[in-house]
Amino acid sequence: MTEPAGGTPAFHPTPADDSAPGRSPASADGPVAPNGPVPAASVPGRSHVADPMGAAGRVSWLSDYGVYLALGVLLSFNLVFTPNFATVANLRLQLVQVAPVAIVALGMALVIGTGGIDLSVGSTMAIAAALLPLYLGYGPWPAITVAVLAGAAVGLVNGGLVAYGIQPIVATLGLLVAGRGAALVLADGRLVEIFDPTLAAIGGGQVLEIPLPVLTALTVAVAAGFVLRRAAFGRKLLAVGGNRPAALLAGLPVRRTLITVYVISGVLAAMAGVLTTGRQSASDPSFTGLLIELSAITAVVVGGTPLAGGRVRILGTLMGALLMQLIIATVIQHDLHDSTARMIQAAIIVTAVYAQRNRNGT
Amino acid sequence: MNEPVCEAHAISKRFGGTLALDQVSLRLAAGEAHALVGENGAGKSTLIKVLTGVHRPDGGTVRHLGRPVSFSGPADAQDAGISSIYQEVELAPLLSVADNLFLGREPITRLGLLDRSRLRREATEVLARYGVTVDVRRPLGELGLGIRQMVAIARAVSARARLVIMDEPTSSLAPREADRLADVIEVLREQGIAILYVTHKLDEVFRVCQRVSVLRDGRLIHTGLLRETSRIGLVAAMLGRPVAEVRRHGVTSFGEAHEVGRAAPVLRAESLVREHALHGVSIEVRPGEVVGLAGLLGSGRSETARAVFGADPLDAGSVEVAGRARRRWNPAIAIRSGVCMVPEDRKAEGVVPGLSVRDNITLAALPRLTRGGLVSRRARDRVVDAFVRRLGIKASSPDQKVGELSGGNQQKVLLARMLCLHPKVLILDEPTRGIDIGAKAEIQALIDELAQEGLGVLLVAELEEIVEGADTVVVLRDGTAAGVLRGAEIGERRIMELIAAAGSDGSVGGRFDD
Repeated sequence: MTEPAGGTPAFHPTPADDSAPGRSPASADGPVAPNGPVPAASVPGRSHVADPMGAAGRVSWLSDYGVYLALGVLLSFNLVFTPNFATVANLRLQLVQVAPVAIVALGMALVIGTGGIDLSVGSTMAIAAALLPLYLGYGPWPAITVAVLAGAAVGLVNGGLVAYGIQPIVATLGLLVAGRGAALVLADGRLVEIFDPTLAAIGGGQVLEIPLPVLTALTVAVAAGFVLRRAAFGRKLLAVGGNRPAALLAGLPVRRTLITVYVISGVLAAMAGVLTTGRQSASDPSFTGLLIELSAITAVVVGGTPLAGGRVRILGTLMGALLMQLIIATVIQHDLHDSTARMIQAAIIVTAVYAQRNRNGT
Repeated sequence: MNEPVCEAHAISKRFGGTLALDQVSLRLAAGEAHALVGENGAGKSTLIKVLTGVHRPDGGTVRHLGRPVSFSGPADAQDAGISSIYQEVELAPLLSVADNLFLGREPITRLGLLDRSRLRREATEVLARYGVTVDVRRPLGELGLGIRQMVAIARAVSARARLVIMDEPTSSLAPREADRLADVIEVLREQGIAILYVTHKLDEVFRVCQRVSVLRDGRLIHTGLLRETSRIGLVAAMLGRPVAEVRRHGVTSFGEAHEVGRAAPVLRAESLVREHALHGVSIEVRPGEVVGLAGLLGSGRSETARAVFGADPLDAGSVEVAGRARRRWNPAIAIRSGVCMVPEDRKAEGVVPGLSVRDNITLAALPRLTRGGLVSRRARDRVVDAFVRRLGIKASSPDQKVGELSGGNQQKVLLARMLCLHPKVLILDEPTRGIDIGAKAEIQALIDELAQEGLGVLLVAELEEIVEGADTVVVLRDGTAAGVLRGAEIGERRIMELIAAAGSDGSVGGRFDD
């Protein structure tokens, strides 16, 4: 597979599939690399390349910490200008509302850490919601188990497709469409009211004054952070996202890692679906999780996790989800149309992706 | 010599700090096939890109058909009569052969509509001239690569090309297709077309071309008629070595030969076959032995190294480790059975730039450092400390991201990643390429030391490193082993003779494809 000296011409299509080791024409050039300047990291004689606060450094600072800044600004604004903002009831409401998004976004963050994306999370929520009333006859916990297993199954399909070479965006787009369809078929297209104390507690109960959905989201976040820091799986995930050919050549189980991460995302989406259903006291497969993939991806990206993979920011993701929620709340409380919130969110995501632009490779 | 079609005069081109072309002149004459050869990074592609208007030269001029020219891009160059045929031909695979042939200059009827019958007739006629008989209505993508290439050439010529540039045209062709290409080039020459033929294959140079130019490190080393050029002279020019036997010592930091003795091979690879790359290469590595792979670019050195590690799928062949034959073979299994590799392309296949030095070193060792799914911090830090010290990895701390280190230190991290697995065999593909002299010497000394401790090493490297560092040298040519040299037999002259030897007679490995 050795490529010709000097690489292939610039206008020649080069294989872009990073899953094929040894097919990297641009980088097989040796010392004279006509496709661009020699990367700084391989300049002989320089042992430390330090430019933490150049132009790129400032942009990367924005990407890493911008979400905290924006959240701070928005909180201050609301504290000053929004009546009844700083009440326990309001803060609790905001947190409960953001919990499902946060849970889905945490799964999304792990998927994005492998350089992938999961568009099917909203439909997975809908499948979980649709399954609950069908199995509630066996009791709440069996029903929840079935819903969560369904989420795992969706993840297995996604992960299997991705592991065997389908692009993540395509693989999960299929289930975005098919999953919602399946949910509507399961529920016969109807909204079903649910009166189950266990589900209601999961969706709206409290422990020590803290709403259960919020506790669930926090638990998931702590678990995700622990897995990323301490578990071998976390290292594998970041290696697969950071440099997949290298992970393959290091003998890591790349496919198994990919499948696992999509299964995790599916399970978390199903949990969010259960939670939402419980809070609404209704299974609503048409609207449960609709467009949540966009909120989740936004939360992840705004939180500083690069779309290219190789790095995951858990706290940032939580803050990103919170920021998105707060934007909607602010807009609503100031009697603006909620499409205003969408435009602000759009501006923020564009800024976040722009801030990520320069940081690939370091 | 015939009139020149295209002349490059004193072309220089700089990319950042590197001079890719340094005052290179080339004269491409009508009816002449001109071979352009050189190793990796010699500047061949850059020169082609200057000729076809992709790059603007920093110095020098290009004259085409007697006039100085400055093309704005390949399309512009093509209009002026310079066509390029690339390895993987760029045509529209879903369009028919005839459509591809006449893309952009289709015959039209008086009504301005496409004249389909004339298109088919002319396409069939044109291709027949190149000995291609296919149904021109078939989509191009359904046809073999050889035929696609013929269509590309026919297209170039019918677009009135005066110069056809072919960049490794045979790299993915079957031998029979390559023969046909040679015939077609003959036809082109009779029409007075100049051909610039880039290849790594010596046999092709001598069979197809009349004149040769050798580039090395951006400079023109040699240009002349092939009937006045010896094969060994050409090899020496490409490798930048004098033809005379000079076995210098102390150029590298390798020591003397290692005690290999008669131990049974720890690694035995038999008849490795991979389409278009390897045609039955066999390799044996004993404990404590450094086996070097020598050969020109494209001769199958990296391909052999990767095949032995299981990095690329094989079409045939077997790998045996410590006497145990393996049916399934991939990097994970190779690592578990004690065969490790540091790949050639550090950036693309080696380091995970966003992870720390610590995580990069322990990446492959993760399964061994994990208890109940969790990484044992103490075991991990012990490994990292030991190897950072032993290899002298210069990082501000083990937490520093590998992407911030120099090339040499990144390479050491990759070595540590594999050495901490305590391998029986270490495959090193160009371990000292692109790193500074100090790190280079350290890595050479390390390889030596590891071999003395009993590690078997399979080394792909520059000729001088192979000559000084290897106990056994397998010389590769066109994906076959052209010869094996041991101990005192090893020398630059001997290796270059084997590389230069014509054809596949006398080769050690069998050729399966012809």
